[in-house]
Amino acid sequence: MKSKVNRELPDDLMQKLDYKPFETTEIGHPEIQRVAPKVHVSTGDDKIVDSIKQVVADTVKDGMTISFHHHFRNGDFVFNQVMRVIIDAGIKNLTLAPSSLTGVMNDMVIEAIKAGTITNITSSGMRGSLGDFVSHGGLKNPVIFRSHGNRARAIEHGDIKIDVAFLGVPSADRLGNANGMEGNAVFGSLGYALMDAQYADQVVLLTDNIVDYPNTPASIKQTQVDYVVKVDKVGDPDKIGSGATRFTKDPKELKIASMVNDVITHSPYFKDGFSFQTGSGGAALAVTRYLRQSMIDNQITASFALGGITKPTTDLLNEGLVKKVMDVQDFDKGAADSMHTNGNQQEIDASWYADPDNKGAMVDQLDVVILSALEIDTKFNVNVMTGSDGVIRGAIGGHQDAATGKLTIISAPLVRGRIATVVPDVTTVVTPGDSVDVLVTEFGIAINPKRTDLIAVLSNIPGLPVYKIEDLQKMAEKRVGTPKPLEFTDRTVALIEYRDGTVIDTVKEVKD
Amino acid sequence: MAENEERLRRTMMFVPGNNPAMVKDAGIYGADSIMFDLEDSVSLPEKDAARLLVYEALQTQDYGTAEMVVRVNGQDTPFYDNDVKAMVKAGIDVIRLPKAESPEMVQKLDADIAAAEKEFGREAGSTHLMAAIESAKGVLRAADIAAASDRMIGIALSAEDYTTDMKTHRYPDGRELEFARNMVLHAARAAGVAAFDTVFTNMDDTEGFYRETEYIHQLGFDGKSLVNPRQIPMVNKVYEPTEAEIKNARNVINAIQEAKLKGSGVISMNGQMVDRPVVLRAQRVMKLAKASNLVDEEGNYLEK
Repeated sequence: MKSKVNRELPDDLMQKLDYKPFETTEIGHPEIQRVAPKVHVSTGDDKIVDSIKQVVADTVKDGMTISFHHHFRNGDFVFNQVMRVIIDAGIKNLTLAPSSLTGVMNDMVIEAIKAGTITNITSSGMRGSLGDFVSHGGLKNPVIFRSHGNRARAIEHGDIKIDVAFLGVPSADRLGNANGMEGNAVFGSLGYALMDAQYADQVVLLTDNIVDYPNTPASIKQTQVDYVVKVDKVGDPDKIGSGATRFTKDPKELKIASMVNDVITHSPYFKDGFSFQTGSGGAALAVTRYLRQSMIDNQITASFALGGITKPTTDLLNEGLVKKVMDVQDFDKGAADSMHTNGNQQEIDASWYADPDNKGAMVDQLDVVILSALEIDTKFNVNVMTGSDGVIRGAIGGHQDAATGKLTIISAPLVRGRIATVVPDVTTVVTPGDSVDVLVTEFGIAINPKRTDLIAVLSNIPGLPVYKIEDLQKMAEKRVGTPKPLEFTDRTVALIEYRDGTVIDTVKEVKD
Repeated sequence: MAENEERLRRTMMFVPGNNPAMVKDAGIYGADSIMFDLEDSVSLPEKDAARLLVYEALQTQDYGTAEMVVRVNGQDTPFYDNDVKAMVKAGIDVIRLPKAESPEMVQKLDADIAAAEKEFGREAGSTHLMAAIESAKGVLRAADIAAASDRMIGIALSAEDYTTDMKTHRYPDGRELEFARNMVLHAARAAGVAAFDTVFTNMDDTEGFYRETEYIHQLGFDGKSLVNPRQIPMVNKVYEPTEAEIKNARNVINAIQEAKLKGSGVISMNGQMVDRPVVLRAQRVMKLAKASNLVDEEGNYLEK
């Protein structure tokens, strides 16, 4: 069978896993039954345990689903400590269901797969040696990639049933009231972990900082927590964020950013009270700078900024140019610290942020969103998962979710080195072209032909050449040549879900 | 003097000829002229590779309407001959001669270009040249250099070598360059070719860059050599005509058209005769206004 973006899906796997192919970006108004976690009733005085070993022995059994969050990113000390104990305990056949996997976890995941400890994975993404390992058939069962909003949906549906969640926090009290803002290894919003805390049958907090009871503000509450484990260190604060966020000096990134800003400011959405999400790449940060000046020049303020937050965005909050920051994760220390001090920076969970099966998620209210792409094709389909070699090296993140915004801009160079970004067909469809509106490259922009309204308002902006996306693709090919087609085996190593839980594409094992 | 005197040359962007990424992206920043460098920015072991890279880039990459310039190695180097031949063969618009000190050097380049045009079957005279003035000798002979060839499109002051030659260095106020700037500018104007000011290398001193660019704009330079594409919009901003200048120029152009329709040889505006310098200035203002996206196709001023 095929998904609506014309990708062949393996019938046997689709049937076995009871999947439907992707049809449409429209969610409609289905009635959804949510699940609820098991509660092990406790009066709450005995939650502190001495060792990870003890808590693993008490909670994790063969065949269970365990989860982690990735808010510590590459400064994470929790995942490897816990997995070490689980592997050494000889536990088998676990499903690993973290919010995402960061580079620092790669070696441990590979070891756990080889040991038979982990046999299934669902994640937002993976990179480096782990992506390589999976793309070369290292894991028997296909990985299931889900966006942040889709993970929230899957947890609420019971598609992901978390038995034990291991959640590292920079501060917690003895009963499990915890936040991401106080302590040594602070990361700000606990957005993704809040889902695990709410829906896992057993919730284990790990912290290096047990504070006086009751710990406030409490993002995770004592009503949700089964165990609190004291560890030496939960994370390396220097590796959590990008440190002091610096604006790019790369003239090409600046050029793209300034064109993105032109698209935004000439669109009908750029008016008082608009909302936006920019992300964290070099060009995205530069867009924030240009946008700031345009907002000042036009006396426009934004009602909210959404998503993964960086310091340039919290600076806009402090300047009064943005009224609220709706914060599911913080990419740098500046943004994390700001959450502590600015009451208008609201921590939101992944469901509130982006879950499609909701009574309204924040992304539904989003006017302007800037997203990146490893590849984008002439149908405006976007790949943020596989590289030019076909190997897994990315993450869906909030890409599919935020792309439902009213003006979805993909900001990407036409070519990277000798590799075309604009291609006839992306290697892996992650975000369908139906939800993408404008592509901005250093040479000019392309507007999705379905957006005739945008074509009308964006076509005569001085210094902003408008091309058909087919022409941009040809320009890219002329520059870097036509690559030899990638070679894959028939074996499916990963499924890409759309945010509604259907399958939009698969990733095949690479043939070397 | 080359025929395309009217061309805008506000920005001449230096691109190291041995850097593939920069050579590939040179066309995206809107420079009026792109100058691939085979000389000072390329180390000796890379001279051949850079020549080959620039040659291939000129064959395969699309640089839009930018004027393509190559700075070849000096006539006292073993690379000069191959540089000139390869670039003429590639169909370069302009060859830039470094360290020009005499009209004879320009005439030699002219002859070498002519021979290469013949050898590679290019139209005779289609390759232009320009000269960089980089020494006291060059400054004192600027007028002869600027007038030394029909292929000449402009001369450029290169201040790093010049200030060393003068036993000084560059200062923020640029007073050490006053004489050279005026010599180069006058030589260019007398010969009817373009005048390019020197580079400004401190990318962190935006204020200083604007100060210097406003100054050379006031003197009358066509534009400036640049080392970083981020400087292009800054130069263009300085060269942007004002709304009043554009509206006045538009009136002059209208008066010309009116005179033409009437078959009158005398152009008048508001009862005053419009003489040739006013017409030329108006035409230049309209060209700058168009390049700065300040007017529409018909020349109407676009409100910002």
